Amino acid sequence: MEPDRPDPDFLLARTRREELAAARGRLRIFFGSSAGVGKTYAMLQAAHRRRDEGRDVLIGVVETHGRDETARLVEGLAVLPPREVEHKGRVLPEFDLDAALARRPQVILVDELAHTNAPGSRHPKRWQDVEELIAQGIDVFTTLNVQHLESLNDVVGGITGVRVWETVPDTFFDAADEIVLVDIPADELLARLKEGRVYRGEQAERAAGNFFRKGNLIALRELALRRTADVVEGDVQRYRSDKSIDGVWKTQARLLCCIGPHAGSEQVVRAAARLAQQLDMGWNAVYVETPQLQRLPAPERERILRVVKLAQELGARTTILAGSDPVAALVEHARKENTGTVVVGRSGARRWPWRRSLSEAIAALENDLDVIEIGRGGRERGAPIAAREALPEARADMKSAARRMRYGATLAACAFTTGVAAALFPYFELANLVMVFLLTVVLVGVQWGRGPAILAAVVNVLAFDFFFVTPRFSFAVSDAEYLLTFAVMLVVGLITGQLAAGARYQALVAGHREERAHTLYEYARDLSGLLTPEQVVETAETFMSQAFRAAVRILLPDGAGRLQLAGTGSKSPVDAAAAQWSHDRGLPSGAGTDTLAGNDFLFLPLKAPVRTRGVLAIRPQRTRDLLVPEQVRQYETFAALTAIALERVHYVEVAQDALVKMESEALRNSLLAALSHDLRTPLAALLGLSETLALTRPALSAQQSDIARTLAEETRRLIALVNNLLDMARIQSGEVRLNLAWHPLEEVVGTALRAARAAIGPRSVAVDLPPDLPLVQIDAALIERVLVNLLENAGKYTPPETRVVVSARVVDTEMEIRVIDDGPGIPRGREDAIFEKFARGAKETATPGVGLGLAICRAIVEAHQGRIRAESAGERGARFVVTLPLGEPPAPPA
Amino acid sequence: MSSPAPVALLVEDEPQIRRFVRAALEAEGWTVHETGTLRQGLIDAGTRKPDLVILDLGLPDGDGVTFIRELRAWTPMPVIVLSARAGESQKIEALDAGADDYLTKPFGVGELLARVRATLRRHPTDSASPVFRFGDVEVDTGSRAVRRGGTLVHLTPVEYRLLSLLVANAGKVLTHRQILREVWGPAGVEHHHYVRIYMGHLRRKLEDDPAQPRHLLTETAVGYRLAACD
Repeated sequence: MEPDRPDPDFLLARTRREELAAARGRLRIFFGSSAGVGKTYAMLQAAHRRRDEGRDVLIGVVETHGRDETARLVEGLAVLPPREVEHKGRVLPEFDLDAALARRPQVILVDELAHTNAPGSRHPKRWQDVEELIAQGIDVFTTLNVQHLESLNDVVGGITGVRVWETVPDTFFDAADEIVLVDIPADELLARLKEGRVYRGEQAERAAGNFFRKGNLIALRELALRRTADVVEGDVQRYRSDKSIDGVWKTQARLLCCIGPHAGSEQVVRAAARLAQQLDMGWNAVYVETPQLQRLPAPERERILRVVKLAQELGARTTILAGSDPVAALVEHARKENTGTVVVGRSGARRWPWRRSLSEAIAALENDLDVIEIGRGGRERGAPIAAREALPEARADMKSAARRMRYGATLAACAFTTGVAAALFPYFELANLVMVFLLTVVLVGVQWGRGPAILAAVVNVLAFDFFFVTPRFSFAVSDAEYLLTFAVMLVVGLITGQLAAGARYQALVAGHREERAHTLYEYARDLSGLLTPEQVVETAETFMSQAFRAAVRILLPDGAGRLQLAGTGSKSPVDAAAAQWSHDRGLPSGAGTDTLAGNDFLFLPLKAPVRTRGVLAIRPQRTRDLLVPEQVRQYETFAALTAIALERVHYVEVAQDALVKMESEALRNSLLAALSHDLRTPLAALLGLSETLALTRPALSAQQSDIARTLAEETRRLIALVNNLLDMARIQSGEVRLNLAWHPLEEVVGTALRAARAAIGPRSVAVDLPPDLPLVQIDAALIERVLVNLLENAGKYTPPETRVVVSARVVDTEMEIRVIDDGPGIPRGREDAIFEKFARGAKETATPGVGLGLAICRAIVEAHQGRIRAESAGERGARFVVTLPLGEPPAPPA
Repeated sequence: MSSPAPVALLVEDEPQIRRFVRAALEAEGWTVHETGTLRQGLIDAGTRKPDLVILDLGLPDGDGVTFIRELRAWTPMPVIVLSARAGESQKIEALDAGADDYLTKPFGVGELLARVRATLRRHPTDSASPVFRFGDVEVDTGSRAVRRGGTLVHLTPVEYRLLSLLVANAGKVLTHRQILREVWGPAGVEHHHYVRIYMGHLRRKLEDDPAQPRHLLTETAVGYRLAACD
């Protein structure tokens, strides 16, 4: 084994990277520590160089901020007019993505990567516009300040005290092909600021007071330099692994970030992202939802889910685990995912001195795991996650109603217990009566959980004290003994409630999981029996809307690939543009995604193995569902199942079509057989009877026998016509099997001449066949038919004095048979057309026939792997040439 | 012939075809018995003692070929079969079973009568003189000499065997199989092109224009026939 042989996976990854890069445009980011360092200027200079190289350069959007030197550079470059968007009464100029895609320059300049688009744009963020441009193979130049990087967001916020809302995910930044650092020393930047070359007038003073303090600028500069260095380091790594320079192979280990329920967990996530990026590791983010956490109010849960989403945007693989013991769940996940390092937020001041911190608990359970603690900081430090437009929540107060009911029931149970105890009081010791109260506390705990259990413990102790302990009907506790009773009852209540709630939660989770699996199974089963797309759509819509409590629509593409709302018409419409986008790109869009997020619906492409079969639009009643990764994954699973069902149904249709075609062919053949019998029998009778007329006694008059003769002649013509039609149909249906045998051509020509004798009439026919002509492998009856048709044509379309020659020659490996006449010839330009069905040389002549003869000739010759063509033979006359393959003739007789 | 009017048995299920065949034959002085089924046809062939059987191969109650085989078990009476178009294999089977000639529907009265005459003419000439003539060709079966326009024509033994077979069955259609069996023996039955090549040789030696023969005729896809005169 060679020691430095590259891992095949790395080679594969490299190939994939190169393939991807070939189709995609290149992204160059001009990266700076702050505004005013000259990023836009540098970008424009680079653009001029590209244009001078003869490339098609377009300015998509450039902010000059009124700087003259920058504005001068814009001149001489093509500028895309902005799209005007009206928002809240103001007209905002926005980058026109569609126009840029339509214009397709080689290089496009898009300033300020972190910009947030006006509401109603296709993507909420400009970097997503850039992503689409790159995906379409357009090179993009863009600019970015360090404080807009998502993972550095809170760090920068901590340094400068200025909160930045517009961020770009690090994954996008790291995927850039080139990072160009635009850097000037802090003093020079400050000098430029003073000269008014960065901001003007009042704005400049304000900026100098807040953001542009020297300390800030130095810190930001360091951050930008370091971040650039990270990227360069990544490039070096990649270069080394590409060139197999040495064994700096990436380990497959991943980083695991624990998302806690506390405020500030986004700092932990960002730190983990930075760490993973620096260590060049993949990372996972996990949130463990315990029973307590499940009881958090909805806004809190939404906030946590947003943190999960943030982790996803920063490149993490996210999971939400359910379990009562978060530490065990985390360790289990870490083992399963092969993560050696766990990043957790530092616990705050310990409320209970005996409780271990999360990191200690993890270390206790799994000694091999490295645990990194991150300071979470206060609520004030750093920037919280950018608030999205709040998803409208259809809130019902069912939960609090249920809670009130539980506490009411608990009070009733306590009253009932007191009653029972009162009934027992005369007969039992007080110590035994306590047992009855204790039983109630346990039962309440099991039934309704911890809160009601505590209430029951308190109420029961009070009731016990009040009603039964002497002095009765007062709360004076004379006997310290009952204090113990009270304490025990409270503790038992708490423990029972806790245990029961845990068990119930586990059961709930198991039930959910079971239900999900069951739903999936049922859905798959329901789909398996369906045969038409309409059935699939109907089943999918009804099933999913029940299973997810959501509005569900399926859109299927029509023949031209435009999506149509399938199913019945009485449905609320969905955003066709978003759906179409999802279908065309094969990516999700709409609510909960980054594309056209303003929609009510989430659009998932129905991706089947062969191609995208449509789009699933879904709008859950609880919009929060769209943020839960598990739930979205469930939607995606259902979408995949639906897609596969649609594809299967599609192929069922294809198979059915083929079957129908086969059946119709069989039908045609039997129809032909019946037709040929039913037509020919009466024709035979007609011919025979008309000819018998001439034999009647007494003999017919001259006029009558003339009529009889005409009758017989017309019948013969009709018979010939029917024969032609039926033959054509038979040959075309592929029913004719060639009865191939080796024949001397002379014999076939002889029989053809005899058969066509009547049609040729007085025209002289010469046969010119060399005596050494080889045998040909043909179906004699069919080739005779070809020759008869050609001779009959000569009889039909030429004057009586015409001479006809039938000749044959061997040309290379083929036999060429010619039927030549010196008649009027074929009309110019119709040499090919006359072989079409129902085609005739000259239109509308008195010559009988429907123009099937030559079509039959061609069909027969082609069935013999031969060719037939018509030519004008010089000044006058027509020449028909039949070419047949010679093959290998059998041995002559001994 | 003793009987003043020859008797024909017509086995055919189509009344219109029966009608005109009967009319045509009666005009020629035949007495015609008609029947629509093979069963009745066999009975009639035994009781009516016809001089000619005209048999449709497409009868609903059975296979015409079986009819011919049963008939041939006890009588050599001439049989002309009527067959549908494109039914070459059926024709060949009937001819191999012993039918004398065939007509393909639809056929005209002229063709029908020509075949009837040719078939009948052949049968009584069995014991006539050993010299057979067609066109300007004389075949002396006694001395095995063939003359054309008075001059002796040299034939190879195979050519002569082929010619004498045709002469012995003049007017009758011989299938390729029948010729191969008679001329080359059972081993030659598969070599259909032998017959075609030797027929070519005969035509070149005995016909004016071998590409437009007048006597040694090809029945396409079925076999050959020697047309003695017309």
